[in-house]
Amino acid sequence: MTSELLRFTTAGSVDDGKSTLIGRLLYDSKSIFEDQLDAVKTASEKQGDTEINLALLTDGLKAEREQGITIDVAYRYFSTPKRKFIIADTPGHVQYTRNMVTGASTANVALILIDARKGVLEQTRRHSIISSLLQIPHLVICINKMDLVDYSQDVYEKIKEDYEEFAAKLDVHDVTFVPISALKGDNIVNRSENMGWFEGTTLLYYLENVHIGSDHNFIDIRFPVQHVVRPYNDEFHDYRGYAGRVAGGVIKKGDKVMLLPSGFTTTIAKIDTVDGEIPQAHPPMSVTILLNADLDLSRGEMIVRENNKPDVTQDLDLMICWFNQKPLHPRGKYTIMHTTNTARCMIKKIQYKMDINSLHRNLEDKQVGMNDIARIQLRTTKPLFVDAYRKNRITGSIILIDEGTNETVAAGMVI
Amino acid sequence: MNYRLSHLRELESESIYVLREVAAQFENPVLLFSGGKDSILVSYLAKKAFYPARIPFTFLHVDTGHNFNETIEYRDNWIKELDAKLIVGSVQACIDNGELIEEKGFNASRNHLQTHVLLKSLEEGKYDAAIGGARRDEEKARAKERFFSHRDEFGQWDPKNQRPELWNLFNGKKNYGEHFRVFPISNWTELDVWQFLAEEKVPLPNLYFAHKRKVFLRDGILLADSEYIPKKPEEFVAEKMVRCRTIGDVTCTGVWESTASNIEEIIAEVATSRKTERGGRADDKRSETAMEDRKKDGYF
Repeated sequence: MTSELLRFTTAGSVDDGKSTLIGRLLYDSKSIFEDQLDAVKTASEKQGDTEINLALLTDGLKAEREQGITIDVAYRYFSTPKRKFIIADTPGHVQYTRNMVTGASTANVALILIDARKGVLEQTRRHSIISSLLQIPHLVICINKMDLVDYSQDVYEKIKEDYEEFAAKLDVHDVTFVPISALKGDNIVNRSENMGWFEGTTLLYYLENVHIGSDHNFIDIRFPVQHVVRPYNDEFHDYRGYAGRVAGGVIKKGDKVMLLPSGFTTTIAKIDTVDGEIPQAHPPMSVTILLNADLDLSRGEMIVRENNKPDVTQDLDLMICWFNQKPLHPRGKYTIMHTTNTARCMIKKIQYKMDINSLHRNLEDKQVGMNDIARIQLRTTKPLFVDAYRKNRITGSIILIDEGTNETVAAGMVI
Repeated sequence: MNYRLSHLRELESESIYVLREVAAQFENPVLLFSGGKDSILVSYLAKKAFYPARIPFTFLHVDTGHNFNETIEYRDNWIKELDAKLIVGSVQACIDNGELIEEKGFNASRNHLQTHVLLKSLEEGKYDAAIGGARRDEEKARAKERFFSHRDEFGQWDPKNQRPELWNLFNGKKNYGEHFRVFPISNWTELDVWQFLAEEKVPLPNLYFAHKRKVFLRDGILLADSEYIPKKPEEFVAEKMVRCRTIGDVTCTGVWESTASNIEEIIAEVATSRKTERGGRADDKRSETAMEDRKKDGYF
């Protein structure tokens, strides 16, 4: 059986009907188990809820259940015969921007919910801006609670128009609109009988069929060396394999390649796996590569093509999201992780802070605190091999680590 | 050109990536091996990740002493096949030397005693990363778990203050004395595990397949008749066709009535099952947040 994996993210609060939507998708695809439902029923009654509170399915921590809020990213799984789905369910309030960014970092699709009675709100804009910053390839705008506006096509068209006007300022390419009622099940799994005017597909049909085959970069060969495999036994005495996950391009046996940072050139001798040699490797495969020349290459270094190199640079221009209580130190030093490479860096310049609700660039206030999005420049202690995040989400992303606490304090995207 | 991977191959690739990160970022990692299908899968993926070199991790089995006999037999064969090194942390030994006190009563279990033995074994071996086969779909507290999960010097988990994990950048930085728990198969579901083990024809313990066994009913869960579980007067033993969906300690692992005698039949059963696999785990049923509470203390 072969089915693809699709990762999507949802952000929002209980009021949007996000939990109901997730509950509906899980329930209608038969992914909620009896004992889970029983546990949620008992917990709902204990809280005094009159109906089953589907939010309790996703809120896993004691504090979340007590307070009725989502604090952290929760991962949920369901599958249909066509695809397996991973939902990164994140809270939508501004104080949880960092969780939204985390959920968005690996997503193929973002589901954005709009309450049909309320239209495009601040939260809609915030979630869309984050999706655009993190370059989620596909956005689905679910206009929810259509049952409460008499399934009106006019309401739907008006919201769609408003959203399109706002989205024109964003860097998003594929936007789809679906009018739904998560509560009643309209256009989620089954086509709505109440909205004959809608010519698009149901949400589940979209998720099962959206083309995600091009979400990886298959053009520019990027192979960050993760680990060197040296068996040290008689059978594989001279074996030296470079283990890693293909970050870009299609690597074939015999390809002429260049090693960074040394600049030496050689050819691919073999792409190895435990099941034997394979002719080619592409993202996101984990493989072991053997080269034809005995050259120096270790973790953090990269195999690329001679005439198609990433930027080899110590100066990075980044959009970052700050994650920590402790604000960004303007001339501070941090550890930086990029692919399998680790270095130290120093913040050189804070260019501006971005208002996550309006896209406005704030050039005055340069205090970067928790959940802030900012454009900065930094310099690293050694050259990194980077691409623009737009071109490659793997070789274009970094995290910053506080050298005192070891905490991950920021995520950054190369501009 | 079509460069698609099936969902199982994508999950495999992700897990191998995580296992290689462990080898690269930690000095002395250990792989927690229980003899259940999830730790079998993790060890099998580890073999793939480092082939043709040996798996660069020691294996640790926290042994409650209340095992199904089949588990130990399978464990020893599998370790031999992988050419790995095994260390056993014994709950019995800690009870014998007075470090631990056995629970009393009908529902007595050594489940929570494992935490002490696990932390002690990690400390004695100076292990800085413990790799486990937990999955996010298993249980609601585990759904919040990171791939690289930081533990303080007391082995505690602080779920409200976890490090954000983005793209495939895993931050394994820590202070001396702290360690990490690493969960390479976080994104697999029970069905994924079975489908993959079937595709790869991985040998599995017989306990997973339907077999005749003496069992009795307690709190709606079928338990295996064993010298380690005292029975109440009204509980009577009957022989039934059963199989395990998870394998843990005999005292808290429920068995399911089933006729699934091969892996294809198991897949069909799991695909249509309306109960979660941990639904038979008495250790999870002690309270609403039983797993979260144990995990905070350092449970696996």
